Amino acid sequence: MAEGPLLDAAMIETILLTLKLAGVTTVVLLLVGTPLAWWLSRAGGLWKEVVATIVALPIVLPPTVLGFYLLIAMGPNSPLTAILGRKLSFTFEGLVVGSVIYSLPFVVNPIRNAFEAMGPRPMEVAATLRASPLDAFFTVALPLALPGLFTGAILGFAHTVGEFGVILMIGGGIPGETKVLSVTIFDYVETLQWDKAHVLAGGMLAMSFAVILAMLLVERRLNRARQ
Amino acid sequence: MIGAAFRGRLGSFDLDAAFEVPGQGITALFGPSGCGKTTVLRAIAGLMRLPEGTLRVNGETWQEGRRFVPPHRRAVGYVFQEASLFPHLSVMGNLTFGMRRHRGSSPIGLDEVVDLLGIGRLFDRHPTQLSGGERQRVAIGRALLSQPQLLLMDEPLSALDRFSKDDILPYLERLHAALSIPVLYVSHDIAEVERLADTLVLMEAGRVRAAGPIADLLADPALPLIHMPQPAAVIDGEVVSTDPRYGLSEIAVPGGRLVVSGDLGPPGMRRRLRIPANDVSLGRHAPLDTTILNALPARIEGAEPTPDHQVTVRLALGADGKGAALLARISRKSWDRLDLKPGELVVARLKAVALAEPAPPLSTRVTPAARTATS
Repeated sequence: MAEGPLLDAAMIETILLTLKLAGVTTVVLLLVGTPLAWWLSRAGGLWKEVVATIVALPIVLPPTVLGFYLLIAMGPNSPLTAILGRKLSFTFEGLVVGSVIYSLPFVVNPIRNAFEAMGPRPMEVAATLRASPLDAFFTVALPLALPGLFTGAILGFAHTVGEFGVILMIGGGIPGETKVLSVTIFDYVETLQWDKAHVLAGGMLAMSFAVILAMLLVERRLNRARQ
Repeated sequence: MIGAAFRGRLGSFDLDAAFEVPGQGITALFGPSGCGKTTVLRAIAGLMRLPEGTLRVNGETWQEGRRFVPPHRRAVGYVFQEASLFPHLSVMGNLTFGMRRHRGSSPIGLDEVVDLLGIGRLFDRHPTQLSGGERQRVAIGRALLSQPQLLLMDEPLSALDRFSKDDILPYLERLHAALSIPVLYVSHDIAEVERLADTLVLMEAGRVRAAGPIADLLADPALPLIHMPQPAAVIDGEVVSTDPRYGLSEIAVPGGRLVVSGDLGPPGMRRRLRIPANDVSLGRHAPLDTTILNALPARIEGAEPTPDHQVTVRLALGADGKGAALLARISRKSWDRLDLKPGELVVARLKAVALAEPAPPLSTRVTPAARTATS
């Protein structure tokens, strides 16, 4: 282990940046993923399957493939850049967009499962008790799907923290802007700073373990309260 | 007045159900499982939209042509087969869910409903901490507090065991007496229907076979009800007097007076009597020396033979034959021996025990809450 403090300024910066990216991404994921999950749980027909497939693609695609297309989409010559007036690649916002797409299935699927497990009955009951569909969504569907929302948020957050390939493709490693933990660890290993890599890697391992264990315990409690 | 007409494809058969029932009292939608009763109820609530339908409730059109009022804008209360309480809300939260969303005057108050259903002690409980019967009572209260103009009940007792069922029936009878809201009640249990319904809509394979007052339909020879193994007549009457010495009450019914065991309440109280056809025998003359308390003149309207060498005799109470309908199941041998014929005057002898209402008056009952506490 090296001399000096366990964490240096650069490491703290990269940890804070990673937490910020994961936090912002999780909020966006919940805002986008919840309505999408609701629609997927209620809709029928071919469209639903097509959309569900697109949402699931990041699970099977190599991150480099996803990152490659995102790089093109957010690069200097893309229509998106023309509309926005600036390119998103190699920016924090670009990382958020990439992370949202990359983690979408991990958030949408648990929420969708929670909505489907609920069945149609609670919404029917709410309708016969004068609740408009929107009212019933917020006062019945969302509270009932809370365990799913919780699982989705945790998975989205953790998955974003652990993301590497997509980030490398679209963000590179600009300190304070796009250089997140996974990229930093890669850099330390490449430059043979194994001790620093140990600190970050070990920290991530411990955090991931704690997060998943906490999630399972909370989920168990939430489910028990319902039965 | 509730006028409904629905058409559509329903699984293996076509639904084509049209009926008109009074805008008061309890109307039972009765028929075998899978005949489309629940579909009709769901269509009335607006939970499903049948391609062709017309629905008018007390002067308001809820469905006609392209007009379709969404369920949350219909003033219905719906009690599902399973209580379906919201698991994320307390009993209080469930009860007030619809109440808080109702606009306008609230003739049905929280205190009144809580009192009527005996759910006052349950307020802070969670739905998982209630017995089956308690859950269903809360569900009924929740539906009532949304201030419906029409209460829809989809076999509210069928998911309950016998014990919880007996728990709820008196509450339903109480609702019937206390509230002026019309109730549509889906059931495949004739005993429930005989006990609760004023009007009967008889359904068969997606169609309405008959609709009308329950007493008429039970005795209608063209309908299957009279041909059931244990047919019965229901007669609504009014308490005239009670005799505490013998524990008997006298009930005035159309075409006569009947003596019923039990203190059935103060004079003027409405009571329903259920008289199984097997508990009625016939004679030419008033019995001179018998333990039977009730022997009333009645006129023979007709007779339906049964497969097991018996005859179900349709009677109308009173010497003029204009009173309530009564059924008697007697052996064919007796029918022939007495040489009975339609139009003739006979004396119907009723076993007094058969006259008692299934439930004793509420005041004398063990409180249901105390009983469920042990279940």
